[in-house]
Amino acid sequence: MPETWLDHLIYMVILLLKIIAVVVPLILAVAYYTYMERKVIGYMQVRRGPNRIGPLGLFQPFADVFKLLLKEIVMPENANKFLFVLAPVLSMAPAFAAWVVVPFNDWMVIADIDAGLLYILAMSSLGVYGLIIAGWASNSKYAFLGALRSSAQMVSYEIAMGFALIGVLIMAGSLNLSEIVRAQQGGLLDWFWFPLLPLFVIYVISGVAETNRAPFDVAEGESEIVAGFHVEYAGAAFAVFFLAEYANMILISALTAILFTGGWLSPFEGIPVIGDTILGQGSIFWFLAKTVFFMYLFLWWRATFPRYRYDQIMRLGWKVLVPITMVWVLVAACFSVFGLVVRGS
Amino acid sequence: MNAVTRYLKSLLLLELGQGLAVTLRYFFRPKFTIHYPEEKTPKSNRFRGLHALRRYPNGEERCIACKLCEAVCPALAITIDSTQREDGTRRTTRYDIDLFKCIYCGFCEESCPVDSIVETGILEYHFENRGEHIMTKEKLLAIGDRYEESIAEKRRQDAAYR
Repeated sequence: MPETWLDHLIYMVILLLKIIAVVVPLILAVAYYTYMERKVIGYMQVRRGPNRIGPLGLFQPFADVFKLLLKEIVMPENANKFLFVLAPVLSMAPAFAAWVVVPFNDWMVIADIDAGLLYILAMSSLGVYGLIIAGWASNSKYAFLGALRSSAQMVSYEIAMGFALIGVLIMAGSLNLSEIVRAQQGGLLDWFWFPLLPLFVIYVISGVAETNRAPFDVAEGESEIVAGFHVEYAGAAFAVFFLAEYANMILISALTAILFTGGWLSPFEGIPVIGDTILGQGSIFWFLAKTVFFMYLFLWWRATFPRYRYDQIMRLGWKVLVPITMVWVLVAACFSVFGLVVRGS
Repeated sequence: MNAVTRYLKSLLLLELGQGLAVTLRYFFRPKFTIHYPEEKTPKSNRFRGLHALRRYPNGEERCIACKLCEAVCPALAITIDSTQREDGTRRTTRYDIDLFKCIYCGFCEESCPVDSIVETGILEYHFENRGEHIMTKEKLLAIGDRYEESIAEKRRQDAAYR
């Protein structure tokens, strides 16, 4: 097989096109996620949310983006200039890079690698560096406090999250995300949320904590430390942090959909009449629907729960979530060994 | 026993579920918001908005420069100078209301023996330059001429209670 530079070039171009095909919709999704957040929270507070710019306020995200991009970026006098600029990039890059292994349906995935879950864990752990560096480089006590809080919080919840993922690994027997989804074939009750219910709940909770969202948003803590790690950021740099936060939320939602609720699989699979129609087929539609559902949960919780106190967060993470996950990992192992839950396919 | 039930309750997130149910219920509630420029809330006929000076139907201004409004104004927002006109009647040469001082209490309107100074139902107005907040006699009369119909209607509706 003759491998010329042309083959390499074509390969690169196709790869680039694939990346663009994922990143551009992702950025749009982030833009409209902010819109959805304001609408959903508004509705829950019996308001209407943004509705002035464009029909139903649909151009609001673009107005926000242009406003942020046109603003001045203020560099604090005593900030570490290099790290100050590096931090937003460091927090955004992992949030986007992780999408490379996310399977949208049976064949739509940029890199179908066998260590997919490990890669995801690595990427989501990298995100915390952006935060810490931002808080440290700003040379502001509020930013520093926010960074301290969020680093402690993210490290703690990563453990519970890791244990929850171990449960999934035991059940699926693979680190490849596509394989994990295929292992859930068979219908609603074969998805991992049912045998791994406690782990599912804990995964979602620690997902919220990982992304520093309400009720675990002490890293921002508007009422105590102004805006936490990104107080000193303005304009485009702040927009990048914003982008990273929402991209992370979407990523966690997508991962929950893949790991616990069967990714692209249809909930009607195996049900007599509906299961035979197009609704019974697995498709990207189901994957997106599940992701949007979990995205909605993030907003719903933000509108409902007050912020946890810092020591309560630590207590919940270490004394409640970690023990439960440990026990349930054992239970899942028993399931797997004694064949109480039969794997699909 | 009590401690056990409490522990189970918090472990099973029961109360959090109740909270979520509340917000979900409100999510589907009809919203209170009024789409302001398109939709407006109803306004009382006693609403006290922008001031106006009225005229009699024959075009003669009502104000007789008695200065009762100036005297009663708690915010000292009204300034009046008067003179005798050729026909012997007493008239104002200057009638200024400082809208920044005015607290829209409506005392001037109540004190007026001839229903000259009134507060209209107009609540949407703005200034673009310094000094425009001083409503001069000309401006007040112009407002009165322009909105006479609605001013008269306000008075008619409230007539039984005055």
